[in-house]
Amino acid sequence: MTGRDRRVLVAMVGVPTFLHVSLIWVPAIFSLGLSFTKWNGFSLSRISWRGLKNYQQIFTVFEKDFYEAVLNNLWVLFFLFVIATPLGMFIAYLLDKNLRGTTIYQSLLYFPVVLSLAVVGFIWKSVIYSPRQGLLNTALGRTAEGNQIDWLGNSDFVIQLTENYGLSRNFLALIAPLIWQHVGYIMVLYLAGLKSVDPSMREAAGIDGATEWQAFRKVIAPSLRPVNVVIMVITVITGLRVFDIVDVLNNPTGTDVLSLLVTEATSGESSNLGRGSAYATILLALCFAFVVWYLRSTFKEEEA
Amino acid sequence: MSNSGYPAPSEWSAHISRRSLLKGSVAAAATVALGGGVLAACGDGGVALGSSSGALTIGSNASDAAPQAGLKAIVDAFMAQNSEISATINTLDHNTYQENITNILKAGEDDVLAWFAGFRNKFFADQGQLGDISDVWDSVSGLGEGFKTASTASDGKQYFMPTSYYTWAVNYNKDVFSEMGYTEPQTMDELKALAGRMQSDGITPFAFANDGKWPIMGTFDILNMRINGYDFHVDLMGGDESWTDARVKNVFTAWEELLPFHQEGANGRTWQEGAQALQDGTAGMHLLGTFEASHSEELADKMDFFNFPEIDSSVGASALDAPIDGFQMIADPSNPAAAKELLLFMSTKEAQNAYLSEDPSVVASSSEADTSTYNALQKKSAEFANAATGISQFLDRDTIPDFAGKCGDMFAEFIEDPSKVDGLLTDLEDQKVAIFDDFNS
Repeated sequence: MTGRDRRVLVAMVGVPTFLHVSLIWVPAIFSLGLSFTKWNGFSLSRISWRGLKNYQQIFTVFEKDFYEAVLNNLWVLFFLFVIATPLGMFIAYLLDKNLRGTTIYQSLLYFPVVLSLAVVGFIWKSVIYSPRQGLLNTALGRTAEGNQIDWLGNSDFVIQLTENYGLSRNFLALIAPLIWQHVGYIMVLYLAGLKSVDPSMREAAGIDGATEWQAFRKVIAPSLRPVNVVIMVITVITGLRVFDIVDVLNNPTGTDVLSLLVTEATSGESSNLGRGSAYATILLALCFAFVVWYLRSTFKEEEA
Repeated sequence: MSNSGYPAPSEWSAHISRRSLLKGSVAAAATVALGGGVLAACGDGGVALGSSSGALTIGSNASDAAPQAGLKAIVDAFMAQNSEISATINTLDHNTYQENITNILKAGEDDVLAWFAGFRNKFFADQGQLGDISDVWDSVSGLGEGFKTASTASDGKQYFMPTSYYTWAVNYNKDVFSEMGYTEPQTMDELKALAGRMQSDGITPFAFANDGKWPIMGTFDILNMRINGYDFHVDLMGGDESWTDARVKNVFTAWEELLPFHQEGANGRTWQEGAQALQDGTAGMHLLGTFEASHSEELADKMDFFNFPEIDSSVGASALDAPIDGFQMIADPSNPAAAKELLLFMSTKEAQNAYLSEDPSVVASSSEADTSTYNALQKKSAEFANAATGISQFLDRDTIPDFAGKCGDMFAEFIEDPSKVDGLLTDLEDQKVAIFDDFNS
């Protein structure tokens, strides 16, 4: 390596690393520190150490909010894994077959990902779910007074796990737009992967008499392992850190997720940066644990 | 996207304002940077109109057309009186402003900031974030004792200048009432009888909307003030009474009895949808602030309101929610003399008349303001407030913001399943203790 190569390398690795560490890890460590304090964000002289009390409060006084949020995050994860991700992959597989008008389908399906959050909120809240003039209630003929379905407000359980916890109706209604957006995202990622599969492999499988499903399972999917890892990690992270759509549509009860608890505690005047940071730390730990576990098991499998 | 029109009383409330977080943060950063404070010569310390000079900036959340024009009218009138001062207004989106108020205060770019009276002003004053304007109050005339109390912090000094307010009451559709021969109820029994009649006439007695989790706080406030009285309400909001007290339970029992008269599925309904039901007559009444009339001109023409009737004769029916808006000064303004002069000017009838000419949906705080231009709703609001023996600011302005959010959660869960009330109140009391302990330590 010449000196110039080295300088280029240092710049190319160093600058992103510096940005990553200073903008992500340093603040993360600060929040970890803040989670052991009480601070309202005004002056640093008022910050006080309180040990584990924020965590203790989360697990005792505010435990219902907390467990409900964790459970909701897990529901999102579940539905993304069983519906959104497989559906996105399936659609990508179909679109990869050079159907007529494939780019139109691609654009339409990817559209939810590019839409501004304000528009997404409007579409789902005012156009689709509005009890009085919404698309769903109109289609179902349930717009009359007393007969309306309160899509985003009714927190009765669809699946009840214990007396206080389960999957509420309104959270299920929130999961629909999450799936709607995630499908498009996964489709694009997977489509990019599929384009890189050598067409001769598919032909060879066809000549050997493999069915469509066999060819996909035995030939195409294995060659897309790196893309699969990315998709799985993205799905897990999306499920855990989900914020925007839930925030726009979340209103009454039963629909909190972890990221909302963080912003609820830290934003506005109620600034309770200690408790908010404790929620954030828990969220970070969960994401971290999931991803480390998944990557380790994947790479172990690969080595074997 | 959720609120067309008027700034609802409390749109700062946790949930609704979080929604603006993403949209607003960039705009907030930009606007805060724009409001560069300019150093100016200080006045002689006394507060009198026409005594100071220099630049002055005012931070405002009046992003809707009418209030924005109203504030501009005040500031124009102020500068016409004192040409030595050049005042600029920094307007932020309503929700963004609420969300970023802490940062706006810390940035210290705006000398004078739009805000709310009562606990939420006191909160910042007690944190040392606001400037004492007791000397301004010495020169004020035309503001009653109630306004002064609502502007006073824990140290007994004033940190707020109230300019306007509006009232909460039972709004109703006049057309429906005259067509069906209904009359304003004077007692709880009459209210229930009226509601029963409406039901048999195929009308939902009460529109009920709770999107954002703040609107039905008004129902709790009024029931608590009617059943337990104003003083108990203040103590409960201040954290000094227990939510597991039998008296609080009585409020929820009364609320549960009234629930069958309300629209179902309130939690997913916006107040505008409730207003629409009131407007088209599918609902007969709606307990909400007078801002409901801003939903449409049609509703403004059809709407009237009555005081929530007495429940207990020993308590009476003269307490109400009437949120007060106004302005406060930051702790370290760049031009304190001009800031105080402006705050004094804002209390005068000239300023308030200028404001009301642009925004006729609120009522002036000054008893000297010109009421001849008031519409029927404004007149009635003013009469209400003048007759009130206790005025509270609305739940989310009367207690610690964090705790107000928890109350909002609890009420939303309660109306879904009133049978859970005991468990919900026990949880709320635990949260209250934790939040107030943290707050006071």
